[in-house]
Amino acid sequence: MTVRPDATVRPRPFPAGGGLCVKGWTSGSLLDSPHRLTTPLIRDGRDGPLRPAQWDEALSLIAARLAALRAEHGPDAVAVFGGGGLTNEKAYQLGKFARVALRTSRIDYNGRFCMSSAAAAGNRAFGIDRGLPFPVADIADAGAVLLVGCNVAETMPPITRHLNAQRAKGGTLIVVDPRRTATARLADLHLRPHPGTDLALACGLAHLVIADGHHDLDYIERRTTGFDALRRVLAHYWPERVERVTGVPVAAQRAAAAALAGARTALVMTGRGTEQHSNGTDTVQAWINLALALGLPGAPGSGYGCVTGQGNGQGGREHGQKADQLPGYRSIRDDADRAHVAAVWGVRPDDLPGPGQSAYELLDGLGTADGSRALLVFGSNPVVSAPNAGHIERALRGLDLLVVADFVLSETAAIADVVLPVCQWAEESGTITNLEGRVIRRRRARPAPPGVRDELDVVADLARRLGAPGFDADPETVFAELGAASSGGRADYAGITYDRLDQGDGVFWPCPSADHPGTPRLFAERFATLDGRAVFHPVEYAPVTERPDAEFPLRLTTGRVLAHYQSGAQTRRIDELAAAEGAVFVQLNPANAAELGVRDGDMVRVRTRRGAAIAAARVTDDVPVDTVFMPFHWAGDGRANLLTDPKLDPVSGMPAFKVCAARVDRAGERAS
Amino acid sequence: MRIVVIGTGMAGVRFAADLRAGDPGFRHEITMFGAEPEPAYNRILLSSVLADTFPLRDIALPAAPDGVHMRVGRSVTEVDRAARVVRTENGATEYDVLVFATGSTPVVPPIPGLRGAAGLTPGAFTFRTASDCRAILAAARPGGNAVVLGGGPLGVEAARALAGRGMAVDLVHQQTHLLQRHLDPVAGRILAMALTAHGVRVHLDTAVTAVSGEERVSAVRLTDDTVLSCELLVAACGTRPEVALARACGLAVNGGVVVDDRMRSITDPAVYAVGDCAEHRGVVHGLVEPAWEQASRAAADIGGWSPEPRDRPVLPVLRLKAQDIDLAAMGDSAVVDEVDDPATEVVVFADPARRRYKKLVLRAGVIVGAVFMGDTGTMGTVTDLFDRARPAPADPAALLFDLATSGDSTEQVVCRCNGVTAKTILACEGRTVSEVARRTRATTGCGGCAGDVAALLTRASAKDPFASLAAATVNGAS
Repeated sequence: MTVRPDATVRPRPFPAGGGLCVKGWTSGSLLDSPHRLTTPLIRDGRDGPLRPAQWDEALSLIAARLAALRAEHGPDAVAVFGGGGLTNEKAYQLGKFARVALRTSRIDYNGRFCMSSAAAAGNRAFGIDRGLPFPVADIADAGAVLLVGCNVAETMPPITRHLNAQRAKGGTLIVVDPRRTATARLADLHLRPHPGTDLALACGLAHLVIADGHHDLDYIERRTTGFDALRRVLAHYWPERVERVTGVPVAAQRAAAAALAGARTALVMTGRGTEQHSNGTDTVQAWINLALALGLPGAPGSGYGCVTGQGNGQGGREHGQKADQLPGYRSIRDDADRAHVAAVWGVRPDDLPGPGQSAYELLDGLGTADGSRALLVFGSNPVVSAPNAGHIERALRGLDLLVVADFVLSETAAIADVVLPVCQWAEESGTITNLEGRVIRRRRARPAPPGVRDELDVVADLARRLGAPGFDADPETVFAELGAASSGGRADYAGITYDRLDQGDGVFWPCPSADHPGTPRLFAERFATLDGRAVFHPVEYAPVTERPDAEFPLRLTTGRVLAHYQSGAQTRRIDELAAAEGAVFVQLNPANAAELGVRDGDMVRVRTRRGAAIAAARVTDDVPVDTVFMPFHWAGDGRANLLTDPKLDPVSGMPAFKVCAARVDRAGERAS
Repeated sequence: MRIVVIGTGMAGVRFAADLRAGDPGFRHEITMFGAEPEPAYNRILLSSVLADTFPLRDIALPAAPDGVHMRVGRSVTEVDRAARVVRTENGATEYDVLVFATGSTPVVPPIPGLRGAAGLTPGAFTFRTASDCRAILAAARPGGNAVVLGGGPLGVEAARALAGRGMAVDLVHQQTHLLQRHLDPVAGRILAMALTAHGVRVHLDTAVTAVSGEERVSAVRLTDDTVLSCELLVAACGTRPEVALARACGLAVNGGVVVDDRMRSITDPAVYAVGDCAEHRGVVHGLVEPAWEQASRAAADIGGWSPEPRDRPVLPVLRLKAQDIDLAAMGDSAVVDEVDDPATEVVVFADPARRRYKKLVLRAGVIVGAVFMGDTGTMGTVTDLFDRARPAPADPAALLFDLATSGDSTEQVVCRCNGVTAKTILACEGRTVSEVARRTRATTGCGGCAGDVAALLTRASAKDPFASLAAATVNGAS
């Protein structure tokens, strides 16, 4: 999209047939919003108010406190929490800052709560993690699309253009979601598994594909390993059993398998609904196994992909914000990777810290004996977005120092010791990497208001004050350094320059050299594994979700609504969006509403083993009996994440956001 | 610990896998003996193999994990509990813990001519093992005649499968309706109609009195002297727990090996029993879910970890594996009406012409039984409520039919991406779609509503906005 100096926004046809949803149209209105922070804020003493301060005072204070904490407790006393909305340059700079200036291992980011399960499964199966290993326009050419736990019609509406085109060409759309979402309403076939049982459904569909002989033996033979072990495990997933576990009727399973098997080209795509579980990595692997059995990845119009959750969800996880990663998707455990990055950064490999904690572990540990005592937050709002948020908010309040960089006073900023006002999208220059792995330029459209600074500049300044040279505030310089650091890595940006990006519609990574055209489609010839073959990793279903019982008989699932983004810190401050969807609600099946004596609009209390939240009942059979849905964009008593289960996936560190046991009760007397 | 498992079926294999998964340090040595001559396989899929919806070569279960010694084709001939030894033809194996997972064996009814000195008469088969399945497949031929004895789940599945392979099938059942343990008479009749439609002749309330044929089975005679010629006979007359070995070694055996809540024999704490051969709290199950749960429970007990907590035991759900006949039954599904018990409600939808039948049995507002035939769209929810003993909705119709809400007011959102309602678009009467887009942003997101917006605008002038909206809804995204 483009923005004019008066902050009005227009869509432009990029990357392909672009459009804007209401969030895009209204995104300019925050640029001049009265909610905008334009001066640093400092809290004197634990309970004092935030007061305006000068940048020099704020940064001096932070540097002095960080240095003191590090001297007393060691480098891991300081932790950094980043965000998937930051530009590639900022994500990279933040990772380098943590490892070089702070020398802490404790850096992670909110993307851990977003796509980490898909990333882990992609790495395991394909040797690489790029959300879509094909251009998004391929969707229109797929004879069948299987969308799993992915409500794009609300979360990423412009992508629905491609689905409309796909269906207009006669393609079949299959949606897997417990809820009848806006996306499910578009589908030819809607499968509604009980929350937390997707893994069994994926195995069941693969079982049917193989039982009917629709697996691609030639592809399996030439391009994969591990099929025999998978096939034996899949023998356990006969359709009648899968029906019992998932609630998806046998006939619907057969219809879905037949549609996938019968299509000339087919796509399997996952979203947060199937990924945000304590078995999320295995669940995604099960969907990948299905795609591989059908011989999809690598062929045009076919494959497996994961639909990104944040603006720079893809780039944000490639350049070192992740606890176990270095830029270019390099591993912080690998000696050669460490040596390469250390050389670019001008430090000794031994000086780089090792892998740190995943996001929830990091937040959960704050203030404990082994936990960090100071936290720097960039582009995230964990008071609202972390699971078990009440507990995390208490941990944040107990820190010796909490620093938050944001452009509005988010709920996390509001409890910080120091708040730093930073740029918004239209005021910054840099790159982001979209869901296709396409690196695109973000051009500064207007200057930031006085008093606001760019994160690159803030981090460089802080590094300098901490005695670490080599941090630049210029995005193009940082991007060139990022390119060098990523050179030879899996996400290789070495051949990408701002000039190249300015000349066209972006460049797909990997792009190792200036004369390399970039890579719109991965896997045409080989996978990024050592032997070039994709890996079937057999996975088994086990009921890992918090089991409903007499006290907590319902299943709570959480997600997004169209009008809001992430923790809502931005979108709740936009009048039009607040008017569209102003308060938190909980979707309740009419049967459950009747049982509770609740009418549409009544206030209810939703409780789990971790806490309680208040929301307005929205009575609808879009949710199945005994499944309730709550969006997570609201703060205070309406925080869905006061309720969510922080049980982590053992591979990805993803919390079980998408299902936990809950109960609903009426809150007070009915108004009418 | 040295652990010996007798039986390599679903329960035994599950037990070994669970115990190994919880024992990464290989503290236990597990040895399994299987009487069948082949590697462990998934018995559940045999009906599908017979129906040609699953390939026989794919029914193998995952290879035994490291540390599990699989001895197939070795029958255990004796258990010496005093010496803690099991014996086979090849020798003796000592154990610290012994697990019976011997499963069950088919019942062969005492019908003259069915059994000879060397076992079943050629052409007659039971249907329990992979070799049974292979033999039936070898004998089945399109155009031939087959008789299936027994109108329980396995008999119905076998009959449907053989009909699907082009055989003329007679299904003979002693009771007055099929699946009488699971279905009421009306449901049983609808099932019979469905089978008939697939080429199975159903003979009820009658029995086979004799099987004739010198070298091979050639015909059967029924109670009323009807003679059905056949070249293939499948006896699916139920199973009984395989407890001969357990009984011989002095364990308490009732219907099955009697076990406590930890799945230990009440006679000998070093012996466990799981699956079809076990009797727990007076019940012998014959289905895989309870068998797996028992296997996991025994593994946890022996391995020393807590079993998966449960509010209530796994309740069996019958799910027929018969092509194009969708049938599920659970709980007290055969209850006919509430006459005997005023606390019981029975809700029935019967549509024999379309082979549909749905039924809920409720007690104190909780589903205690259900049948779904022909249309299983809402069965997932029903099974879930049944499993957890959750209250059913006040109006049970919602559980019988998948009724999507249809909103049809002008408040309905037409452009979801930008939250534009039909009312707002109707207010733009007389304008073009692109003008509407500029004013309202409708169509500028995913663009999927462009057709609906155009339809609304075209028909708005027809002064019947509600009709136009309905049309747009039918054509559009909803």
